[in-house]
Amino acid sequence: MSASDITALLPIITPAIASVLVMMVIAFRRNHALTAALTTGGLVIASSMLLVMLPLLPRQVTPLIFVDRYAFFFMGLFFAASFFVVLLSYGYFAARPGRHDEFYVLLLIATFGSAVLAASSHFVSFFLGLELLGISLYSMIAYQRTDRYGNEAGIKYLVLAATSSAFLLFGMALVYAQLGTMQFTRIAVEAAALSVSSSLPLLAGFALIIVGIGFKLALVPFHMWSPDVYEGAPAPVSAFIATVSKGAVFVLLLRYFSLVDIHRFPAIVTVFTIIAIASMLIGNLLALAQNNIKRILAYSSIAHLGYVLVAFIAGGPAAITAASYYLAAYFVTILGAFGIISVLSSAGSGGRDADALDEYRGMAWHRPWLAGMLTLVLFSLAGIPLTAGFMGKFLVISAGAGSTLWLLLVVVAVSSSIGLYYYLRIITVLYTRVPAQVPEKRETPAAGPRLSLSGGTALVVLAVLLIWLGVFPSPLLRLIKATAEHLIY
Amino acid sequence: MDYPILSTVIFLPVVGALIILLMQRSNEGLIKWSALTFSIINFILSIPLFTSFNKTTAAMQFTEKYKWIPGWNINYALGVDGISVLFVLLSTLLTVLCVSVSWKSVKQKTKEFFAALLLIEGSMIGVFCSVDLFLFYIFWEAMLIPMYLLIGVWGGPNRIYAAIKFFLFTLVGSVLMLIGIIVLYFNTGKSFDILQMMVTNYPFNLQLILFWAFFAAFAVKVPMFPVHTWLPDAHTEAPTAGSVILAGVLIKMGAYGFLRFSMPILPEATKAMAPAMMVLSVIGIIYGAVICLGQTDLKRLIAYSSVSHMGFVTLGIFALNIQGLQGGILQMLNHGIVTGALFLCIGMIYDRTHTRQIADYGGAATIFPVYAAIFMVFTLASIGLPSTNGFVGEFLIILGGFTASKTVGTISALGIIIGAGYMLWLYQRVFFMEVNPKIQGHNDIDLREILTLVPLIILVFWIGVYPNTFLSFMDVSVQHLIERLNSAGQQNVAQHIIEVIQ
Repeated sequence: MSASDITALLPIITPAIASVLVMMVIAFRRNHALTAALTTGGLVIASSMLLVMLPLLPRQVTPLIFVDRYAFFFMGLFFAASFFVVLLSYGYFAARPGRHDEFYVLLLIATFGSAVLAASSHFVSFFLGLELLGISLYSMIAYQRTDRYGNEAGIKYLVLAATSSAFLLFGMALVYAQLGTMQFTRIAVEAAALSVSSSLPLLAGFALIIVGIGFKLALVPFHMWSPDVYEGAPAPVSAFIATVSKGAVFVLLLRYFSLVDIHRFPAIVTVFTIIAIASMLIGNLLALAQNNIKRILAYSSIAHLGYVLVAFIAGGPAAITAASYYLAAYFVTILGAFGIISVLSSAGSGGRDADALDEYRGMAWHRPWLAGMLTLVLFSLAGIPLTAGFMGKFLVISAGAGSTLWLLLVVVAVSSSIGLYYYLRIITVLYTRVPAQVPEKRETPAAGPRLSLSGGTALVVLAVLLIWLGVFPSPLLRLIKATAEHLIY
Repeated sequence: MDYPILSTVIFLPVVGALIILLMQRSNEGLIKWSALTFSIINFILSIPLFTSFNKTTAAMQFTEKYKWIPGWNINYALGVDGISVLFVLLSTLLTVLCVSVSWKSVKQKTKEFFAALLLIEGSMIGVFCSVDLFLFYIFWEAMLIPMYLLIGVWGGPNRIYAAIKFFLFTLVGSVLMLIGIIVLYFNTGKSFDILQMMVTNYPFNLQLILFWAFFAAFAVKVPMFPVHTWLPDAHTEAPTAGSVILAGVLIKMGAYGFLRFSMPILPEATKAMAPAMMVLSVIGIIYGAVICLGQTDLKRLIAYSSVSHMGFVTLGIFALNIQGLQGGILQMLNHGIVTGALFLCIGMIYDRTHTRQIADYGGAATIFPVYAAIFMVFTLASIGLPSTNGFVGEFLIILGGFTASKTVGTISALGIIIGAGYMLWLYQRVFFMEVNPKIQGHNDIDLREILTLVPLIILVFWIGVYPNTFLSFMDVSVQHLIERLNSAGQQNVAQHIIEVIQ
């Protein structure tokens, strides 16, 4: 392994080193602010390492890792998302009793896992990255040990993630048995050589891998865990699951199936089409009946992954641009959403997060800025123009229209109309007129805590990004063109 | 005209809204006065559009064009022609009146109310000025948000139902249109430029599909017969200013969409579908009018009369001849003025009596003599009495309708008769007969309210007596549109039009 190999791996190594470092510092000195600062520092250094690595790309480092511009873009995205999660977690945990330092170690390890996934080109690194991410998440979800819901969510995630890993491993084994290789590029070559008729075990392997990935992405019909986990986990952790965890798996899916051209296997395209349609429709339909914001966001996240799948199915450079933009926009949006929830939950109302819809009633009139931000986030989720979400949706629809996927597009139209209803419901609650003669009820979280500095900064930056991406998408589009689109070669 | 007049007119209200949002909530006087100032300045700024508009060309005027998202060939492109210019003026005028009529009636969240009103103004002017389809869609949707809040926060008792229904109906249509827009983009050589689309010939089957995709968005807005059900709810629950904006401008956007997009971009599909559209329009005319006869709520009655009147508008448009088109556009204007005025009137009396039930009124002419006289003017204009604006518009439309189809013309004329019936009956029940004790002891309308209505009264008679001031704006543009329709599919003529436009 040469020096430049190491340099190319620096962005992946840095979070790992940072996690060890933070752990050792904790051993000597427990200080929440210091730990959080070290973690942010680690993430910032990791991001700057991306630039150090950039001139060396693309580069295969060991058979396991392939660092290219695609990985570069998404590693940057994951580091940025983790950065915001740290900011939100700091305010969130500072207001709660107990020791919080180890949380940041776990967060760094999970980020490390996501970076591995972004650059993975081999089943082994795929699995390692996934487990690094998954195992840290079990503990992060159940980090508040006294919280019943948190523990329930942790166990649920543990069982289901373990099951899905089993599916995944079996699928990998089948593919390996058939093709004799675990490297993505080789798989692509060998699979292309295989005649479609003799590829039944291979298809079975792919199918099992899809099941495993479907669990991680919470696609219908593998979505049952996600509302419970979103609800039980601390709000910043839910944000992390919705962004980095799902994003990393999707990035890998996109890489893997772009190499192994799925359009050669009509059966797989059909499976993905069905999954996408089911995710969009069922995700949005199930969200209609919810009264808990975190659960609504969980179901909406199922639907949004369905939209990204539309781009994925469309294939080609336009699809990669669309998927990348959509993910970036979705990251900003959902971080904003959970950010607001964590900020509101900061002063523990009995340890529970502020997630019941009732707690948001009339928030627009006593916390106008937060309510305005939440409105913005919801419009972005609904895909209303001038927000990041609209540009994402626009790109996805154009990717679909470019590949003439009419059925999927009609479903996108129908399901986003359904989705609009529950987003509007939340907005309606926000702007409900609270009768003026009733003195303001101070126990509602809306009237409660003041913004923490870190949470407030994070929200302001996210709000600016949300509008920026919606009004001036060109810079990010150019960046994606220069980086992520290089996946196709 | 050197400065970017359209951008100014669009974004001045937005800036105003932001400034108002930053003001102290308690300082209501300042909020109201600045809202009024901003809307009046904006109206004054829009007057050059009226005075220095070149009536001899069908090309876009006052154009502005900047690159926005170069990677997707999306431009920030604005311009007005004879079809759209008058609606910009109508929007700026009605906003001033809306601010004025809300002066006393909006008692809570004043700050947010006026900010929302100004935001609506900016985005609806944007809709009429966009020459880039992407930009158009942005404005089209952006307008929904403040409108939704206007109905949902300051509306009547059933406001949340009405607001959500309004938003859902319009957005479902819009999403289909978005897909249509993207398909058009790919078939126009990756361009959102409306002018380029107007000279591109698309395959007929594609045109048909696109026509219905756009129809979904426009028909909901107009609203045409089967998808009109959001309108009565939204109108009834909205605050006065909301109803005025809805009736005056917002529902015009649907008809405007047909004129600006469906007809010139998809001419063959338009011709093929025109009979179906005319039938839907006639159903709307008669159905809306008949429903009006059974209404017990003042606002609901006017709302249903909108369905009927907008039926005339779409009938005129899809008659596809000069009289029909000119009548349709003029009637859009008229309807904005008259129905806007009627909603203003109802809002004024509601501020006093707090009831909209027709049964609660009676003998109002004794108690509100000035008000009764003004209301009479608008009632007669709504019926289409000669020398009021309603007459000119409806006359042209029925003329156009007869030219297109005798049956359609005849049936639509029937709608006018029913219209006279329900409006006069309404007037009788509210203003004549014995004085209802429920409305006793209130004052007549004051100077502020009279001043709010005067501009509209002037317009009623101006258009009624000398419509040419306004018709002359659209002459060339309408002729150009007809030319495009008739030349559809003929390559050489299309080429000629390219030259004309360039």
